[in-house]
Amino acid sequence: MTKNPSDELLRKILTESKVFACVGLSMNPVRPSYFVARYLSLKGFKVIPVNPGHAGKMLFGQEVRADLASIPADSTVDVLDVFRRSEHVLPIVTDALARLPGLKTIWMQIGVENAEAAALATEQGVQVIQNRCPKIEYQRLFGELRMGGFNTGIISSKL
Amino acid sequence: MSDGPSYGFDTLQIHAGARPDPATGARQTPIYQTTAYVFRDADHAAALFNLQEVGYIYSRLTNPTVAVLQERIATLEGGVGAVCCSSGHAAQIMALFPLMGPGLNIVASTRLYGGSVTQLSHTIKRFGWEARFVDFDDLDAVKAAIDDNTRAIFCESIANPGGYITDLDAIAGVADGAGLPLIVDNTSATPYLCRPIEHGATLVVHSTTKYLTGNGTVTGGCVVDSGNFDWSASDKFPSLSAPEPAYHGLKFHETFGNLAYTFHGIAIGLRDLGMTMNPQAAHYTLMGTETLSLRMERHVENAEKLAAWLEADPRVDFVTYAGLKSSPYYERVERICPKGAGALFTVAIKGGYDACVKLVNGLEIFSHVANLGDARSLVIHSASTTHRQLTTEQQEAAGAGPNMVRFSIGTEDADDLIADLDQALTKAMN
Repeated sequence: MTKNPSDELLRKILTESKVFACVGLSMNPVRPSYFVARYLSLKGFKVIPVNPGHAGKMLFGQEVRADLASIPADSTVDVLDVFRRSEHVLPIVTDALARLPGLKTIWMQIGVENAEAAALATEQGVQVIQNRCPKIEYQRLFGELRMGGFNTGIISSKL
Repeated sequence: MSDGPSYGFDTLQIHAGARPDPATGARQTPIYQTTAYVFRDADHAAALFNLQEVGYIYSRLTNPTVAVLQERIATLEGGVGAVCCSSGHAAQIMALFPLMGPGLNIVASTRLYGGSVTQLSHTIKRFGWEARFVDFDDLDAVKAAIDDNTRAIFCESIANPGGYITDLDAIAGVADGAGLPLIVDNTSATPYLCRPIEHGATLVVHSTTKYLTGNGTVTGGCVVDSGNFDWSASDKFPSLSAPEPAYHGLKFHETFGNLAYTFHGIAIGLRDLGMTMNPQAAHYTLMGTETLSLRMERHVENAEKLAAWLEADPRVDFVTYAGLKSSPYYERVERICPKGAGALFTVAIKGGYDACVKLVNGLEIFSHVANLGDARSLVIHSASTTHRQLTTEQQEAAGAGPNMVRFSIGTEDADDLIADLDQALTKAMN
């Protein structure tokens, strides 16, 4: 059972982060990764696509990068969002911890968990979220999922 | 879903899903009496239609008042999401629709509301679906009825017309072993008395017409998803696991994770079946849920008093109430619905069919209606009404034989109800 951060911390991450690097982002509009990246870019996040198969193409106003090393140094990545299977996560996280100095959060998507990678990142002071989707969490915490009748867990008497 | 603070049932039944209206500050949930919603721009409209954003398009699919009720029931049941619809019968079709197809079947308990037996044994055949009815106390029979074409197991927690409590843990074990979702109708118990998801249910269905609304004003239904079933573990549930042609090949389970079933319920179920709950109905039911626990405590307290009084009366053969120590299901109360066995039971009257008819006619406080879960006490002779379409064998299996009267005990003064029963029983014996 993965211990994920509290709603308060998730809210802070989604409010303070500006740049997401999405590893394994698909160019196919019906794939979940495309859904998530499009949504995040609509909400004002800068989304840097990372996918060697589509390097050089443009998506949501950003150039697709072949790997983390190809991300320009002036783009400080706040969140690494991993759309790869659990068994491929460790080298990606190791690479990210070495190459992305401003990295604050590693976010593994629904169905993606890797305890070794998580421990490594936590040791270096990077927040880890596993088996969750930033789009769904954003929608849940900021009221959008409420429109669909989902259990948001939010109780508040404030406007 | 949330890792935030957890709240008690009494707090959630008032607050879950609701917040002050952002436009006006109105503290009570407004009735959003509107059919359509303005899009911010073409991109917003496209994102909504492509399911890339959640929002309001058209009230056949979603409505802000109905959404509050959906989140409230989902929260009270401990599910991830809920879809409300126009009645409890609609909820059963909505629940089955994503799972079923021509040639497929469900295995259902024989102890169901008579209207459900009729819906599942006759009407769904026109979709090419089949229901196989089995005694759910016989786990081997349940297992034996499951085959490669089975897609769900279906039962009621506290079964209407009362007196029977399904061993949900045992049935969930059978469903789990077969890789099938368990659907539990929790209408008679409500989430205050029983939380089927905690006993392994995949989906919970409700007739919100009953205790959730609580005063016999509006019909409604609800399907709650636990979010616990892996729709992609087999190829049995292509509506959720395979590309959906109506959404450009999107796969619901892959895209929405454990919210997939609820998204499907809105985007396919309500969109194309159209059995929508209206915002006025949602309003009445929201008012009801605010006092659910208070009412259920009184319903149970009165039911316990009346069942005990009737059981001791010489004009009565027996009472089938699981809250009585004489019930073979008494031990299940503690485990399945520890706050009480509900407020429905049947009574076998000495004098059979004719005495039952006289009893019903002689009551002054109890109303003779085909409903349950009202603040008013209700009575019905099932064999001549709700269970009329069933064979005598089916009636008896459902606890609705010709000598049986069903009571839905309300929240009036127990002493007044007992006095009314006493005088009507006297009339029935003459």
